[in-house]
Amino acid sequence: MSFWTRHHVFEKNSIILVVGILLVIAIGGLVEILPLFYLKSTIEVVDGVRPYTPLELAGRNVYVREGCYLCHSQMIRPLRDEVERYGHFSLAAESMYDHPFQWGSKRTGPDLARVGGKYSDDWHVTHLTNPRAIVPQSVMPAYAFLASTEVDPETIADHLKTLRAVGVPYTDDQVANAAADLSAQASPDDSGTDALAKRYPKAVVRNFDGKAGLPTEMDALIAYLQMLGTLVDFKLYNEKANLR
Amino acid sequence: MSQPLIQPSRAKSMTIGESGLALVFTVTAFLCVIASAKAVDRPFAFHAALAAAASVASVFVILNRYFDRPATLPPQEINGRPNYNLGPIKFGAAIAMFWGIAGFLVGLIIAAQLAWPELNFEPWLSFGRLRPLHTSAVIFAFGGNVLIATSFYVVQKTCRVRLAGELAPWFVVLGYNFFILVAGSGYLLGVTQSKEYAEPEWYADLWLTIVWVVYLLVFLGTVIRRKEPHIFVANWFYLAFIVTIAVLHLVNNPALPVSVFGSKSYIAWGGVQDAMFQWWYGHNAVGFFLTAGFLAIMYYFIPKRAERPIYSYRLSIIHFWSLIFLYIWAGPHHLHYTALPDWTQTLGMTFSVMLWMPSWGGMINGLMTLSGAWDKLRTDPVLRMLVVSVAFYGMSTFEGPMMSIKVVNSLSHYTDWTIGHVHSGALGWVGFVSFGALYCLVPWLWDRRLYSLKLVNWHFWVSTLGIVLYISAMWVSGILQGLMWRAYTSLGFLEYSFIETVEAMHPFYVIRAAGGALFLIGSLIMAYNLWMTVRAGEVEVSSPVALQPAQ
Repeated sequence: MSFWTRHHVFEKNSIILVVGILLVIAIGGLVEILPLFYLKSTIEVVDGVRPYTPLELAGRNVYVREGCYLCHSQMIRPLRDEVERYGHFSLAAESMYDHPFQWGSKRTGPDLARVGGKYSDDWHVTHLTNPRAIVPQSVMPAYAFLASTEVDPETIADHLKTLRAVGVPYTDDQVANAAADLSAQASPDDSGTDALAKRYPKAVVRNFDGKAGLPTEMDALIAYLQMLGTLVDFKLYNEKANLR
Repeated sequence: MSQPLIQPSRAKSMTIGESGLALVFTVTAFLCVIASAKAVDRPFAFHAALAAAASVASVFVILNRYFDRPATLPPQEINGRPNYNLGPIKFGAAIAMFWGIAGFLVGLIIAAQLAWPELNFEPWLSFGRLRPLHTSAVIFAFGGNVLIATSFYVVQKTCRVRLAGELAPWFVVLGYNFFILVAGSGYLLGVTQSKEYAEPEWYADLWLTIVWVVYLLVFLGTVIRRKEPHIFVANWFYLAFIVTIAVLHLVNNPALPVSVFGSKSYIAWGGVQDAMFQWWYGHNAVGFFLTAGFLAIMYYFIPKRAERPIYSYRLSIIHFWSLIFLYIWAGPHHLHYTALPDWTQTLGMTFSVMLWMPSWGGMINGLMTLSGAWDKLRTDPVLRMLVVSVAFYGMSTFEGPMMSIKVVNSLSHYTDWTIGHVHSGALGWVGFVSFGALYCLVPWLWDRRLYSLKLVNWHFWVSTLGIVLYISAMWVSGILQGLMWRAYTSLGFLEYSFIETVEAMHPFYVIRAAGGALFLIGSLIMAYNLWMTVRAGEVEVSSPVALQPAQ
């Protein structure tokens, strides 16, 4: 029986054909994806990476909702020009608590993996309200409406709980104080800021949008942008230990 | 509709499918009303209300259909010829044309927004929300409906049996389009899980899963009951498309909703693993939705239109198995030089380069089918469209492996070159092969002669010109931007600030928008042509299909 007549078993039996397809397509995925869950070298050992504060998380959800990832990557490649333009190349560890990841696939605008601390809050407010007021050649849409939408502190604890269920190590303490932490991070005079800083090291507490009242989506988004890429101290990072 | 006189002996009763489905939709309607009332966010309340309305409409339609139909179900055969079920296919073909135009229009709008940012109207019509609407409308709404419609047609014709199920095929086409409606309106309202080409949130994903399983059952059920000993090659590709998309969809999308009455969810995968799952999915959406599915169209419609057998049976066997085996490995080439481990990137690159071979094997099989019939390219613009689509397929499946080589990718990644590459495949291959198939299918379905070949010719040239403008603009802007990002002055400083590279893109964005406008105009010409075919075209003398049962 020749090779070609052997193939008739697939052509004459639809179930065998379906099983054959399933087996053939399973191999590549299994070989490439499964090891990423158990090879220790996949995610570097780094100090400093922590789950997002409630306000940062709310800002991240705005980032996702508005499709920012469609024009801004958060993944600096280890190429000379990128490292000089944006900073140290991105580590897998830096996005290990990201559900979903926001590495992006296109740079219509610049990479944002280390945008934290590069610009002032005022700059961000002006830029988000009308990008062309501050960068005339920009093609970015304006997001003025963020300043008039408040973030709901009531439901934020549910978000933390959901993230904990998919593997982000939020503590009971963090979940219990989510609503308080959300408000505290945007009001420097709040009595809860010390507790916030203890729960989330390096959390920046500022009135990001410069307005009184409950935190807005503008506060949240800027809080998120200002922390991007700031958690790992690369002066202390052991590059050799994490060579892969 | 005169009916009961035909078979008075048999009492009319509902089938299990009719009563069961009516019951399920009644319950769904109630559940959706409750969900809408208890919703924690407004988009979810809107979608639940939409689902409730759709469920009520479904119950009404099922009952109405039951009261209108004769006591017996449509026969499997009439006078020894299969009694093909064409209704759902007609619907699929028509709505594919509608979604195509909508998707091309949104594409034109976002292309214009990149050239003239004042065209962003926040919050609903900003680039970030419209871009997923564009990609989903063209890939899933246009492409998906073309695939469902053609697969239902091809599987019946090549198996010589009526489509399995009576309500099930309608459930598939209508349910799929309801998914599109929920997904698309969700993007505008800010409902997205941000995984490219898998943006719909958890409840839309669940609904799609149900629809897709029924799709597989209808397709497989038809294949199993076939009158032909062999399963035709196009059906292998359709099966691979349906089965693999199901696997990809399920594995990429597991998510935990924050509230069962809310739209927001968090994906189970995180960070580097999420990235790998996403691009394993993303690339195979290209591989199995936009390639395997449309190759099935190539394997049926080109031989049919050219009236020639497929060039090589053996080549199609090699093509099939090697294509589906190699494609699944190629995903990591979307993540070159990222924090994904190097070994995975290298595997992805290697398999992407190997993928060139089966792709061109398939192209050769399609093109060489015209052996002895090349003269038809001069006289039949529909065949020309089909053949040029295969040529575009060959071009983009050469460009893809080339761009997956890491050094090339270091330049091309994150730039418009990727966008250009996608569109040479999407407009040239998927678009043209779909147009060609619809130009064949609509006259066959409605038993008409195509209204105007001259208009097809216009469509062909206007669209081709549009594609050429589009992809050459993106080549230039992509390579230019990539080179500007890495340019150094003689003193060793980066030569350009980022915003200078944005500014340099402007003329190419204008050219791209012009190309997109031409492509849209071409599709409008097509819609007019098909509309006139159905409305005014003369009835073909010899009917290629069995007549519908008398009612």
